[in-house]
Amino acid sequence: MSDKIFRSLLLVSALILLLIFAGMFFSLSKGAIPAFKEFGFLGFIFSSEWNSSTGAEQYGALAFISGTLLTSLLALAFCLPFSLPVSFFVGEYYRGKKVAGVLGGIVDLLAGIPSIVYGLWGFYALRPLIQSLGLSEQGFGMLTSSLVLAIMIIPYASSLSAEFIRMVPQELKEGAYSLGATRAEVIRNIILPNSFSGIFSAYILALGRAIGETMAVTMLIGNTNRIPHGLMDTGNTMASIIANQFGEADGLKLSSLIAIGLLLFLITAIVNFLGRLMIKRYSI
Amino acid sequence: MAVSSLLLISCDQKTSLSGAGATFPLPYYNMVFKTFSENAGIDVSYGGIGSGGGIRSLRDEVVDFAGSDAYLSDREMSEMNATIHVPTCLGAVVLSYNLPGISSLNLTGDIIAGIYLGSISRWNDPAIKTINPGLELPDRAITPVYRSDGSGTTYVFSDYMTKVSADWEKSLGTGKSLNFAQGIAAKGNPGVAGTISQTEGAIGYIGSEYAFALNSPIAYLQNAAGEFVLPSSLSISAAAQEEIADDTRSMITNSRVKGSYPISCFTWIIVYKDQAYANRSEAQARATLSLLNFMLSPTAQAQTTTVHYAPLSDEVIAKARKALSEIQYNGKPL
Repeated sequence: MSDKIFRSLLLVSALILLLIFAGMFFSLSKGAIPAFKEFGFLGFIFSSEWNSSTGAEQYGALAFISGTLLTSLLALAFCLPFSLPVSFFVGEYYRGKKVAGVLGGIVDLLAGIPSIVYGLWGFYALRPLIQSLGLSEQGFGMLTSSLVLAIMIIPYASSLSAEFIRMVPQELKEGAYSLGATRAEVIRNIILPNSFSGIFSAYILALGRAIGETMAVTMLIGNTNRIPHGLMDTGNTMASIIANQFGEADGLKLSSLIAIGLLLFLITAIVNFLGRLMIKRYSI
Repeated sequence: MAVSSLLLISCDQKTSLSGAGATFPLPYYNMVFKTFSENAGIDVSYGGIGSGGGIRSLRDEVVDFAGSDAYLSDREMSEMNATIHVPTCLGAVVLSYNLPGISSLNLTGDIIAGIYLGSISRWNDPAIKTINPGLELPDRAITPVYRSDGSGTTYVFSDYMTKVSADWEKSLGTGKSLNFAQGIAAKGNPGVAGTISQTEGAIGYIGSEYAFALNSPIAYLQNAAGEFVLPSSLSISAAAQEEIADDTRSMITNSRVKGSYPISCFTWIIVYKDQAYANRSEAQARATLSLLNFMLSPTAQAQTTTVHYAPLSDEVIAKARKALSEIQYNGKPL
């Protein structure tokens, strides 16, 4: 009897979650319809116009899609040389040692810092540095946001990767050592192939986090509505344009912002789907 | 017995008002609403979410009043139930800049247009040098800063710019958010003010109090009479000596009055003419009316200058009081 109750409880909460997901998708789509009707689905995606002057209203998402993809992919590239060594350090070289626990703990702590704090740090510490290096006159832009994003996603990428590295069966590694393999060879030939799909999924998760990050990016990206052409260019991401303009928007503009929200939803879904596909393909 | 205790509860319950809208008059509202709650025992909360957001909240009938620096257009008014505009004070949009060592700078509308449109990109541009004789201007890039969110401040600023520059009118026009091609954007008056103070070579337009609060230098601006004027309670009041419409829906930018600051403006509280909506009680309606009456009183008007806004003229107050007399509850005058 109690088993039955428990099972139906599980079913109900699972269904509620599904309903919430469907409800979100539905209300986003409903809100986005006027914008898609006015500009066309593809027309909206591939237009970089963002003009809210009365009478000449014209909205398109391309500038923000490119801003989002550029900053998050750059952040992924910047985080790689730090997060990968950390995960090998914690998960293999110093596994179980005190120093690994301390380092892992500190890196995990990075994940707990609210994004507004990263934004402040970027605004008051990183931006002046970029200005004083002469990279940019005002210090805002793609590079500044990507660097801060990279630091923000390191813990997501590294702690999950370390977990997968730790999970590689001890017997396999010992077998390799007994055959005379060096540590580097064990990592290259045993650990990496065994944990690759897991590490890959960790980076997909980190990418998803970078795509959706709003506050820190809004403070650092310069908030200009144009397609970025270089690292020093200012721009806007899909999340930051919504945060910037939601409060004042109504009518067609509000619908366009909701449409961007829907696209963000879809892009995250596609990234996750691609991630799963890759995992399936490469897992052994 | 039960009824009387219910009545007691409802009498005991404190009336409170909530409004939302422009951040531009927020420093003044924070102060004057506090004075009002202390005197009248009615709490007032005001959310600085931007003029457009305030108007949307009023249209959705979730607030008692909306604050806005841009008055409703005839079309906007026709889309809502009857509303009235109550001016609360005068303010100015100032050009604040960050140039170390330079504390006095003259600007004209044409130069500001050049900066925002990209034709003037360095501080030692000949056009700026000509009107600032003797000033050592650095060879530094100009970073114009503008609002990333739709804003009444942008509306007032662009209303002035459209009047003084044909280039501006052609490429940007007037609106709450414009299609700027140059510079960087930040959210809200505080965001723009902060970005200017943190960026050497930056210039931007903000509500005057935000520049005064940050001690950020403010440019002298050339008015229609050809004088270079700083915003002050006096120069802002001078701008309001222009002809004002009976419903006070007037812009006073680029005033021809001598000594006037050219980007001066009214800021309004907008309420429904019939206060019976969304289950509001008559007590709520009366509280709203007493707040608006208080805003026009000498006590409240005297407080405007302490935060660098300017009091309304007697003539405008008379027009506002006339508008207030039209407020009703379920068709009955209050």
